[in-house]
Amino acid sequence: MNMAFVELESLSVSLGGRPILKELNGAYSGRCIGLLGPNGAGKTTLLQTLLGFYTPTSGTARLLGYDVRTRIRTIRHHIGYMPENDAFIAGMPAIRFVRMMAELSGLPEEAAIERAHETLFYVGLGEARYRQLGTYSLGMKQMAKFAVAIVHGPSMVILDEPTNGLDPVGRLRMIELIREIRDTHDINLIISSHLLRDIEEFCDEVMIMKDGRIVTYCNLEEERRANRKFLQLETRGENGAFLEAVERLGCECAVDERTRRIKMILPETVEIRHLYEIANAHTIQIRRLEAKRDSLQDIFMKAMETGAPMSGANASPAGRSHQGR
Amino acid sequence: MAVYKRTYSRYTGSLTNERWRFTILPRYALKTVFESKVNTTLFIIALIPYAVSIVLIYLRSHLDALLTLSPPAVEGLQLLSINGTFFLTIFIVETFASFFLVALIGPGLVSPDLGNNAMPLYLSRPFSRTEYVLGKLSVLVVLTSLITWVPGLLLIGLQTSVVGLSWLSDNLRIVAGVVFGSWIWILTISLIALALSAWVKWKPVAVAALFGIFFVAAGFGTASNMLLDMRWGTLVNLPIAMRMIWRWLFLGESTYVITTPPFGELPAWTGFVTMISICAIALCILSRRIRAAQVVR
Repeated sequence: MNMAFVELESLSVSLGGRPILKELNGAYSGRCIGLLGPNGAGKTTLLQTLLGFYTPTSGTARLLGYDVRTRIRTIRHHIGYMPENDAFIAGMPAIRFVRMMAELSGLPEEAAIERAHETLFYVGLGEARYRQLGTYSLGMKQMAKFAVAIVHGPSMVILDEPTNGLDPVGRLRMIELIREIRDTHDINLIISSHLLRDIEEFCDEVMIMKDGRIVTYCNLEEERRANRKFLQLETRGENGAFLEAVERLGCECAVDERTRRIKMILPETVEIRHLYEIANAHTIQIRRLEAKRDSLQDIFMKAMETGAPMSGANASPAGRSHQGR
Repeated sequence: MAVYKRTYSRYTGSLTNERWRFTILPRYALKTVFESKVNTTLFIIALIPYAVSIVLIYLRSHLDALLTLSPPAVEGLQLLSINGTFFLTIFIVETFASFFLVALIGPGLVSPDLGNNAMPLYLSRPFSRTEYVLGKLSVLVVLTSLITWVPGLLLIGLQTSVVGLSWLSDNLRIVAGVVFGSWIWILTISLIALALSAWVKWKPVAVAALFGIFFVAAGFGTASNMLLDMRWGTLVNLPIAMRMIWRWLFLGESTYVITTPPFGELPAWTGFVTMISICAIALCILSRRIRAAQVVR
């Protein structure tokens, strides 16, 4: 079984006497964990609690196996954080700021200088690295924050709304960078966003939050696998014999009486070319065939509509409760 | 390989000692401080009283020789004695010099971090709020030490070297006064500067607030004394409170005579209480303001 990078045990956080996070439970082992939810759902509070900025009112959380209540300094050794809002010192050149942050993470001076240069080139700010951060555009500031988050080589990076305010080119660049550090540098990621597309791009596991609770857990990787063979067909011709033939192969079929569309779930052994062969044998034309799956948007919308908090084992990935299916 | 050709990689090298990591902040900050000509000029001006003192100590110790050369020119030196009053005068001047230096530099240390929301970046690292405050405080402590107790001890060393160890043994109170008094003043004004800049988050306003505490509070204290016919208002006048401490340390005066109406006396210990109270309030403000995330109630 994979090690859980994030574990939540009845985690509750109250701020100013108001409960913000309510009894969160779960264990997440994905390389990239997504936090989805509308504004005010508690995503940023959860991230900041994992970083030790807020003390849990009750329960606890573990990051990389370390308890946030007792081992926060150790956790911070292994973590890089990119906050949602602007976070920099306006009058300081980027290279100096990134270097200082690397040194504060424990890198010796020489290593910090070298890695600050490397990281700024890596995120595409190489030519602008001596410019003051206050003169950067919004996209450049996002990249500078990303550089600060990864300069010390953390084993987990927490990104809060990483594509906020980026133009399409900047967004693509950010997505490319995040994918690269996830896939080639053995870095775990926690990404908070209200942009479904972003989460769908990077994440293996998604927690959908609403009103301080996790309302849905979704393993996107499994969703993708499970839905790959879920098809929707439009045919021309008498399809009774065709349906019988495909059912004999082990396919589950259902015909929409109104639209005459066929919904079909294929077993692992059946491939799409087999359908065309059978259709040909029964002189049926397949006019349209699409691989259909519940998009993250469907899952999210369902979660927002039902909104029932998951509790106990259901909230845990081990419970495998996928409302999207 | 050239840096720009390298790609990103995980860091696997050694890490620095956590105990001394707070010194990274003063290293960066002091570099920035001395990049400013205004700061450097003010720092040099603050050292002028010591340069004058060195000359006076030298001349006073060679008075006999000078009298034989040019008696009228050095007659005034005969009245000068290097004692507690001499050092008290220097340190009263340095009280103001160090205040101006702190007022100029202090607010620029914390307010840009808070104003630009940089605290989450500092505190998401293995770096605590205490280390942050310690790091920022040490910038001011280093700077003000270089214009207070460090040159003060050098002066004492110079006087001892020209007069002899007997002077030092007779004036050990001055050594204690230079070190102890300087630290009280340094910590008080540094903590006030950091607390105010953390509170208002805007450098120009923090500078104005600092001058307000220094000068307006003095006027407020005097007005309170006159209106309520009391003496305790004097204590909110920081330079006076510090002068009470200096006089006790250098001259052994356990009471301070108030020279403005309503006239009277205050015990020297009240000066210490004032300073300790101000430091405590400043620490409370810093504890509330220096946070990675503020809770909006």
